[in-house]
Amino acid sequence: MNNAIRHTWVVSVVLFISLFAALSLVQVVFADDLGSDDRNSRQFIADAGAPRGPITVAGSPIAESVPSDSSQYDYQRVYHDPELYSHLTGYFSVVQGGPSQSGIEGALNDYISGHSDSQFFDRITALLTGDTVMGAQVELTVDPELQRLAYDLIPDDQRGTIIVSDVRNGEVKAMMSKPSYDTNELAVHSGTEYQENMERLDEQPGLHVNYNVAVNRPIFPGSAFKLVTAMAMLESGDYDTDTDLDNPPRLDLPQSDRTLPNFAAGNCAQRNEAELNWIFAQSCNTPFAEAAMELGGDALLEAAEAYGWNEAMRIPVYVQSSRFPDVSSDAELAYASIGQASVTATPLQMNMAAAAIGNGGTMMKPQLVETVRGSDLQILSNPEPEVLNEVMDEAIADDLNEMMVSVVEEGTGWRADSSRFQVAAKTGTAERGTSPETYNSWITGFAPAENPQYAVTVVYEEIDFNAGPELTGPQMLTMLEAVIDE
Amino acid sequence: MKSKNPDGHPKPRRTIELLLLLIALTIGIGAQVLVGLNLEDEIDQRYWLEGGLQVGLALAFHIALRLKAKYADPFILPIVVTLNGLGIAMIHRLDFTSRYDGVADRQLMWTAISMVAAIALLVLLKDHRKLRQLTYISLAVSVLLLFLPIVPGLGQDIQGAQVWITIGGMSFQPGELAKITLGIFFAGFLANNRDLILLAGRKVGPLTFPRLQDLGPLFLAWLIAMGVLIVQNDLGNALMFFGLFVAVIYVATSRISWVAIGVAFVAVGAVLAYQFVWHARNRFDIWLNAFDQEIYDQLYGSHQLVQGLFGLAHGGLTGTGLGSGSPQIVALANSDMIIVAFGEELGFLGLSAMLVLYLILFSRYMRAGLGTRDHFGKLLAVGLAMVLVLQVFVVVGGITRVIPMSGLVSPFLAAGGSALLANWLIVAIVLLISHAARRPIVVGPMLNTTGEGASGTEDPLRGRPTGEQRPVTEAPSAHHPSGGPALKEGEGR
Repeated sequence: MNNAIRHTWVVSVVLFISLFAALSLVQVVFADDLGSDDRNSRQFIADAGAPRGPITVAGSPIAESVPSDSSQYDYQRVYHDPELYSHLTGYFSVVQGGPSQSGIEGALNDYISGHSDSQFFDRITALLTGDTVMGAQVELTVDPELQRLAYDLIPDDQRGTIIVSDVRNGEVKAMMSKPSYDTNELAVHSGTEYQENMERLDEQPGLHVNYNVAVNRPIFPGSAFKLVTAMAMLESGDYDTDTDLDNPPRLDLPQSDRTLPNFAAGNCAQRNEAELNWIFAQSCNTPFAEAAMELGGDALLEAAEAYGWNEAMRIPVYVQSSRFPDVSSDAELAYASIGQASVTATPLQMNMAAAAIGNGGTMMKPQLVETVRGSDLQILSNPEPEVLNEVMDEAIADDLNEMMVSVVEEGTGWRADSSRFQVAAKTGTAERGTSPETYNSWITGFAPAENPQYAVTVVYEEIDFNAGPELTGPQMLTMLEAVIDE
Repeated sequence: MKSKNPDGHPKPRRTIELLLLLIALTIGIGAQVLVGLNLEDEIDQRYWLEGGLQVGLALAFHIALRLKAKYADPFILPIVVTLNGLGIAMIHRLDFTSRYDGVADRQLMWTAISMVAAIALLVLLKDHRKLRQLTYISLAVSVLLLFLPIVPGLGQDIQGAQVWITIGGMSFQPGELAKITLGIFFAGFLANNRDLILLAGRKVGPLTFPRLQDLGPLFLAWLIAMGVLIVQNDLGNALMFFGLFVAVIYVATSRISWVAIGVAFVAVGAVLAYQFVWHARNRFDIWLNAFDQEIYDQLYGSHQLVQGLFGLAHGGLTGTGLGSGSPQIVALANSDMIIVAFGEELGFLGLSAMLVLYLILFSRYMRAGLGTRDHFGKLLAVGLAMVLVLQVFVVVGGITRVIPMSGLVSPFLAAGGSALLANWLIVAIVLLISHAARRPIVVGPMLNTTGEGASGTEDPLRGRPTGEQRPVTEAPSAHHPSGGPALKEGEGR
């Protein structure tokens, strides 16, 4: 009997050995294969729950990861003053499986999650010591006080954007759009909560949680586009700031039954002929349309592309390209020259145009990120000011500067006039082609005119014809007076 | 016996047990504290209270052994306390996830109930041979326990298997206790009838096949197993009961023909089950095509198995550490799949160490069977050892795809009161058997204590000399398969 017991024991030990063999296969030999299976959510949960580096403005965090006990994810992404920075940061959602693509969270995900190439050795060290990989800290160029001022200026019921940038190095000092939202609502760990919040936010008119209006939404620039047309005119050599031009109240367009009018409400009706400077200041349409047809589509296209139209870029968030199409007819070209037809521009593009003029024709690349630092505070990336393009000669920039000063001193931009310094600006009011008609109301410019420091762009979308300039001009002035030292 | 005093008496070895018990408690309670340190801000007094309760229970068991069964195997209790403590720690760790709450407290309560019940059984039973009188009562109780869950109004269908009953809001798996009663029945029946089975039979080549009528009990066991499988959809228990019986009958007869017959029965059962039981066929499909997307997605599909494999793989060689993995992804992470949770957080090394503990525990059960002098004790110890090893093999083998997965729980680790109670009662019985194996023989060594007439005066049930006793000098009877001087039986050859 005891021999049988021993045999049974041996058979059982063989069973155990098969278990050890199977376990070693699963846990060691094929562990990597199993780990990389699409259906294995463990790596994802580890990644999604891993601490991300903070995003800071003026040294204090606007996005940071805090330990979380309430879910399977180790860390919860928390946003401070989310309404101020939602469009800049974007959001990080474990439900969605990562950061939203439009903001810094998405654009610098590699750094923030600690997976960029320059953090390779950090990861190796963490692997050896068993510590958690810490993501990099991203310091933005944004000035929190200006950002809050911009937030306070834009009425809650309007779709407005304010951008402030330094013309000398391209640093973005404020970039605010409304409607805004609370990014924390989309950073929740619960799937159902996320779903509910997302649906509610989607229903809010004018709110886009997955792109930043300031850089991702090209809209009709209207007369603000005359910065481009005017540059093309000056560069052709055929025009001067005091060249006299015909200024008919309306222009019959060739090969078309359409006519292009000056706005009846403005001062343009006073004169049938005027110098370019005056026409620019009053923003009359017909002389620009005529000049554009004379210069031809290529000249206008060249000018627009010098300013950056038709080109997307990363700053490091993705900037949608503003559009200046190949125009097929003179009629279309005429409308394009005043920023209508199929010409579009992002608020940032119009800000860059003003900044280039302010900086003597040299366009600096916009920058949102001051520094990227590793968890040990060592600098991983420190974007230097970068010339994006030499848009125009300094002489032409000076001419445009002078014309933009006239806009504020005697033209459509009078609401932005400052007692402290000279402001240079260009307004725009674009028809959106909706019924009833609503407008995009623009102002973009810089100050001080004699020694430009900051460019400010204010734009309201889908606004009443008269209400727009009431907001844009004064708000530009407020921003300029706040950002420029006494 | 290896550990004999100079005067020839074995040592009780209770002090070794106490030392090992301290290590066991350190591991179990230490694991709980580690979980707390990892997942909670501070270790509050609840940890000390619960740890203290475990220490108290273990020491009470130890003292009961000192008083009532001082020659019992000193390794069994510490191993079981270690496994039980680790189980509570892991269940406690899973309570920190959103899926489970308060399970660890319930497990601790059931541990207390089970240990107290085991101590009571140990003290009241005193000698395992009393159980032999319960042979046929055990059979009746087994059938009752196994088929209770399908009584309308009592039974409850959980996860496709009908193995639960609910009385007054408390769920209980009576089938767990049937492991013990069936073990008693098999041991008792075979101890009574092995002569008959051995004597009669037809020789075919090297194998001696039993008569058809002697196949009756085997057939009965097969019927019970199939009944359990078909009526309750409980593949794991069916496999365990059948394996248990084949092993016990092999030990009783020492004939490989019985194993052959047993394997044939298993094969027939498997084919029948595959043909007619959807649940079984489904388990086979899952086993063979676990990673097939269609099977992965279907209801009762391979999701649990595949996620379990992912969990084990995530643990790798060394594991993520207690509290740092995501074991809650796997369904039933704190009961059927608790092995995965250990594999993920303690790694291959940790889980292997726990399997080694199971292997040692199993070996100690077998050792008790080797050492004891009565057939009933041997068969009972082997049967209960097989219950342990088959549970472990079915669970871990199912999780690692060695065999199809079926719903059994890892002994002492998994959350679940009924299984815990049953396994602790088994511990008490095996401890008594091991005590009987090692305690000094009361009468002189000149008696046959293991042969057919082994109901000698050391048998406290009878305590009277019988004519059946024969001196060892007598030649072994021809029909005695493990013949030879019976004196050596206790030592094992």
